[in-house]
Amino acid sequence: MTALTPGFADPVLDAQAAFRAVLEAMSRPGRVQRAGAGLAPPAPLMPAAAAVLLALADSGTPLVHDGGEDADAWLRFHAGAPVSPTLAEAAFVLATGAPPALSALGTGTEEEPERGATLVVQVASLAEGDGWRLIGPGIEREHRLAVEGLPPGFVQAWTANRALFPRGVDVVLCAGEHLAALPRGITIAEG
Amino acid sequence: MNAPLEGYNFAYLDEATKRMLRRTILKAVAIPGHQIPFGAREMPLPYGWGTGGIQVTAAILGPADTLKVIDQGADDTTNAISIRRFFTRVAGVATTERTAEATIIQTRHRIPEAPLRENQVLVYQVPQPEPLSKLEPRRAETKRLHALADYGLMHVRLYEDIARLGHIAKAYDYPVMVGGRYLMSPSPIPAFDNPKMHRMAALQLFGAGREKRIYAIPPYTDVRSLDFEDHPFRPIRAPQDCALCGSRESYLDEVITDDRGGRLFVCSDTDYCGERVAARGAAAC
Repeated sequence: MTALTPGFADPVLDAQAAFRAVLEAMSRPGRVQRAGAGLAPPAPLMPAAAAVLLALADSGTPLVHDGGEDADAWLRFHAGAPVSPTLAEAAFVLATGAPPALSALGTGTEEEPERGATLVVQVASLAEGDGWRLIGPGIEREHRLAVEGLPPGFVQAWTANRALFPRGVDVVLCAGEHLAALPRGITIAEG
Repeated sequence: MNAPLEGYNFAYLDEATKRMLRRTILKAVAIPGHQIPFGAREMPLPYGWGTGGIQVTAAILGPADTLKVIDQGADDTTNAISIRRFFTRVAGVATTERTAEATIIQTRHRIPEAPLRENQVLVYQVPQPEPLSKLEPRRAETKRLHALADYGLMHVRLYEDIARLGHIAKAYDYPVMVGGRYLMSPSPIPAFDNPKMHRMAALQLFGAGREKRIYAIPPYTDVRSLDFEDHPFRPIRAPQDCALCGSRESYLDEVITDDRGGRLFVCSDTDYCGERVAARGAAAC
C-alpha cells in the first residue's frame, strides 16, 4: 500500500472539464477527447479513466473495478463509490485489463433503459481517422476510430448490445489522457 | 470574467447535484428522445421560469463558456435577463446576445434563426416533457407506451384535427419522432422551428424542472415531425415581412401598436433582426 496521490487539483472546475470531455465524446462518438491532464492515479489507473470516475461516480453509483488494492483505495477516497455486490447491479464498471462480457452488465429495462451500466475500458491507444467505421446518432456521415487493446470479439459483442436498443451498455474507451465513447445506439463496422 | 458571488459554489448547485445531473445528461444523450427522471432541486426562481433549463445549464457550464439566454427569441425580456444575470453572479461566465458568439444557448420556446454549429449546446426550458400527457394522464401508462413505442394515440389525435378542421391544428409543441424510436415533445417552440432540430450540428438538451425530466438529441440525429402521407407537416409562418429588417424567412411576432387595430410583424429572434438592421445600415452609409 503506497501513499495516496491527490485527486482533482480543483474539484469543481476539473470535474466540469472532465464531464464536458465525456459529454462531447458521447455526443460525437468516435471523436477523441482529452481528460485527466495532471492527474496521477495509482497504476493501473490511467488519467482519463480516473477523471471520468472522479467526475461522475459517487456514493449513489455502485462501482466494480479490476484495478487492485491501490486503485481501490484511491477511488474509495476520492470518489466514494460503494463496491457493487454484483456486476449486473453496477452503475459504473472500470476495466483496466480485459473487460467483462457486455452481456454480464446491467442493460436497464424497456421502461427505464437509462439504468444500463457505463463501462469504462482502458485500452492501449485511440486514434481518429482509421479503423472502425462508426455510424449513428451524433455522427454526420461516418466517424473512424482505431482502438488498440480490446479483446477479439468485442465488435460482435457490441453488435449484440446494439440490438438491445434502447436498452444496453454505454462504453467509454480511455487511453492515457485520451477518451472516446460508444453510446449504445452506435453501429460499428470493422475495417 | 466577473468575480462570482461569494458563498456559493461555482454555478450555484453543489457538486453531488451536478454529478447526478451529469450522469442523467449522459444517459439522455445515449438514448435520444427518452425522458429520464432526475432529482430536480429547488432553484431561486419559481417553476415555469426555466428551473429545468437552468439546472442543465449549471451542470454543463464552465468558466470558458459564453452564455446566451433567449425567451421567445428575445435576449431582452425579463426571464432572459434574469437567467443571464444569475449565471453572471454565481459562475462569473461571459454572456452574449450574439448567437454566433455563444457556446451555450439556453432557450425558452424558440430556436435561433442562425444555424447552430458543432461547438454549441442548445438548452431548452421544458414545461411538460411528456408529449402524451394530454392524451394519457397516468405516468405509469405513458412510460409503458414509450417502452412499446406505441404512439397510436398521438396519430389519432392528429387525425382527429384533420377530420374536423381539415388540417393539423397544432402551431407549437408539435410532436416529433427522434431517431425513429421515441416520440418527444420539442417544448413549446413554434412548429416553424421543428425542421431546425433535424440533424442539427449542435447538441440539444432539454430540462423540465417541475416535472423532473431530462432528455436530449445528439448532433446529426433524425428528428421528424409526425404527419401523414396525404397531410405532410408544414411549418407555419405569418405571411408578412418583418417590419424592421424585412426578413421573409424568420419567425414573426405580431405586435399590437395601438387601440385602433394597428399592428406590425417583427422577427421574434432579436439578435437575427438586429444584425440584419445593422448590416443594412452599414450598407446604406
